[in-house]
Amino acid sequence: MSGKNGHPQERIGVYVCHCGSNIAGTVDVEQVAQWAASRLQHRGVVIARDYKFMCSSLGQELIEKDIKELGLTRVVVAACSPHLHENTFRTACARAGLNPYLCELVSIREQVSWVHTDRTAATMKAQAIVAGGVERVLHHQPLEPLRVPIHEATLVVGGGIAGIQAALEIADAGYPVYLVEREPSIGGHMAQFDKTFPTLDCAACILTPKMVQVGEHPNITLLTWSEVEKVEGFVGNFTVTVRKKARKVNTDLCTGCGICQEKCPKKVVDEVYEAGLGYRKAVYTPFPQAVPKYPVIDVANCIYFEKGTCKACEKFCPTGAIDFNQQDEILTLQVGNIVLATGYDIFDARRASNYGYGRLANVFTSLEMERMCNAAGPTGGKIVLRDGKTVPKTVGIIHCVGSRDRNFNNYCSVICCMQSLKFAHLVKERTGATVYNFYIDMRTPFKDYDEFYQRVLEEGTLFVRGKVAEVTDAARLPGEEGKLIIQVEDTLIGKQRRIPVDMVILSVGLEPRRDAKEVARKFGIACSANGWFTERHPKLDPVATMTEGIFIAGCAQGPKDIPASVAQGAAAAARVLGKIRQKEITLEPIRASIDESKCSGCRICNGLCPFNAILFHEDRMVSEINPALCQGCGTCVAACPAGAISGTGFSNEQILAQIEGLLLLNLEPQPA
Amino acid sequence: MSHETFEPTIIGFTCNWCSYRAADLAGTSRLKYPPNIRLIRLMCSGRLDPTFVIKALASGADGVLITGCHPGECHYLEQNYKALRRYLLLRRTLAALGIEPQRIKLVWASAAEGAKFATEATAFVEEIRALGPLGWGKSTNGKGLEGILEPSQKGEEVAA
Repeated sequence: MSGKNGHPQERIGVYVCHCGSNIAGTVDVEQVAQWAASRLQHRGVVIARDYKFMCSSLGQELIEKDIKELGLTRVVVAACSPHLHENTFRTACARAGLNPYLCELVSIREQVSWVHTDRTAATMKAQAIVAGGVERVLHHQPLEPLRVPIHEATLVVGGGIAGIQAALEIADAGYPVYLVEREPSIGGHMAQFDKTFPTLDCAACILTPKMVQVGEHPNITLLTWSEVEKVEGFVGNFTVTVRKKARKVNTDLCTGCGICQEKCPKKVVDEVYEAGLGYRKAVYTPFPQAVPKYPVIDVANCIYFEKGTCKACEKFCPTGAIDFNQQDEILTLQVGNIVLATGYDIFDARRASNYGYGRLANVFTSLEMERMCNAAGPTGGKIVLRDGKTVPKTVGIIHCVGSRDRNFNNYCSVICCMQSLKFAHLVKERTGATVYNFYIDMRTPFKDYDEFYQRVLEEGTLFVRGKVAEVTDAARLPGEEGKLIIQVEDTLIGKQRRIPVDMVILSVGLEPRRDAKEVARKFGIACSANGWFTERHPKLDPVATMTEGIFIAGCAQGPKDIPASVAQGAAAAARVLGKIRQKEITLEPIRASIDESKCSGCRICNGLCPFNAILFHEDRMVSEINPALCQGCGTCVAACPAGAISGTGFSNEQILAQIEGLLLLNLEPQPA
Repeated sequence: MSHETFEPTIIGFTCNWCSYRAADLAGTSRLKYPPNIRLIRLMCSGRLDPTFVIKALASGADGVLITGCHPGECHYLEQNYKALRRYLLLRRTLAALGIEPQRIKLVWASAAEGAKFATEATAFVEEIRALGPLGWGKSTNGKGLEGILEPSQKGEEVAA
């Protein structure tokens, strides 16, 4: 039988995966299996096998057959990371009638074969890891996954194109959506653009119909000028607190006629929608096609709120919709899933001070350029210098400003090459100017993008390969007076060049929202080192996050163009719809619980739980954990001085046994 | 065992969300670090009961690496701060026990920091190698924590 001491009643099967040559190339897998069969026999190991691909259907069948024929009660698989295949092997065990939580997957690929080179040392480490898994699995408990119902409503945060797409897909499928946007209108950055590459169709023409659809959709509750304050709960049952900022306009009465905006005497530089290039009033909608059509009063700039007099908007409003006393509203929403499509901020070009933005008048950012090209923008679509009238004769477009630069962001912002090509085309078309593009590498990888590049090349735009060192107005050579001089090393000819131009456009990169980390914390998701929201898997699960029920879409996840943002919005919606249709969700049963007979009522655990899952019974002087709120981190388990709290899946016994196993304390003495 | 050939045994604790994934990323990126370190996955660094560390050191480990999400990036919001508190207490406890506090080390590694994980693991192995063997496991006859906490069952006299 299986052993003399320890756990003679348990029958353990050990399965060591070759993963082709991924593991077997560095680890002697046969040796590991043989070692486990002999040295861990007394711990209950009755069979140890190695197999080419454990995750294949044949590999899984091997486990299932052994469970049935050898009466295995525990299974240890030594293969890849549990994040990849834990579920695969658990499911295989379940098929054979074994509780899935009696299976332990230990990683000898990511943690051994891929990171070590010495075959002997790697094999020994793999053995220790298997021993750790065997000791641990002896303390596993059969568990049942938790099932909770899913609320049908979804919260979409961010009303840019990705959020709009997600909201429409879910609403069209017949489920309620709350779309929260912090600006007065939805539309996002796309609403600011003039033309979209590579087709050059007008951004507003393709975006505004979608915005109108959102505004009119019976399943969408649109909450603009609103921000999420707090998120509680978990997948299927989130409780979200939203602050609906006071518009100071009664939307039940307002018809969106726009008279208040006409009559308002206060002009304010519009830093958001017009990128600082144009003006808006103190009562405003960001643009004429705004959805919803209701304006907001910018309290910080309104003369009435500053000085107590004016009220021009109130006087002229034909429906009496202006309400200076309106207060912020706090809404509590119940939703099952959340899609975060909070977008990006542009790189602050002032940081790259060698390019002179903010100091040299005729240096523009790409976003300013979008507004300038836009027929509804501050110049009515005319491309002119900062004086508002002079048409430039030469224009330099600098790529990769703030991107692919160790001083700022090391990543590629994806859209800037195409955006720069678009500007080159538009400037040429509208002004006939000579256009230079200064690039490090040209990146035009998607459908019809390279064709557009070829077209711009044929139009006669000049391309200089090299990172621009400086933009200056200090003339040194004849012909440079009154110009901006672009100093660059042309790496194709290996020479320094000084190119005088009238106008410089900085193709600024995309950055995570300034408050991305705060938002991530609020929703309990992670950010990458750069600050973009982290997806569950970079290739295979790009819109889910590590937090169940929270999905990401668009540039919040990383720089991307409009088609990719739309695709992600739709993908996130599909994932949400999949969840809603399941009606209920199964959760990992990793939860803490308190043995009341051991609890001394010291309340040390009470303050440790950030999810308020622990409540204290004053009458009985004991604490209790609400399994619906517990997230299973185990901090209270570690802190309880009485050992009254236990955590399923990661119990003290399991961890302590794994330590012993990893340190090879429980081996059968080597046969002489 | 001579100093040159001393191969330390190190137990590493990782959290499910950041540092375990950093270790996974080190693997998928084929980054190399010495095989002396053996990892245990916890759901959160906040799960780290100081007993686990003492147990590991008392059972034959020469060092313990504790890893978790960066401050402010904990999957459970703030539980890694609790790990930090316990780590600082543990260092003092170890010093009081006459054990070099440098035998334990706390490292933050996000899921994106596979390279950092590999670098830190490599550095820690060298630091422990320089400290030499701990030998606590030997003095307890491999019985680990029980060897210290439960004195000899047979009632034999122990030399002072």
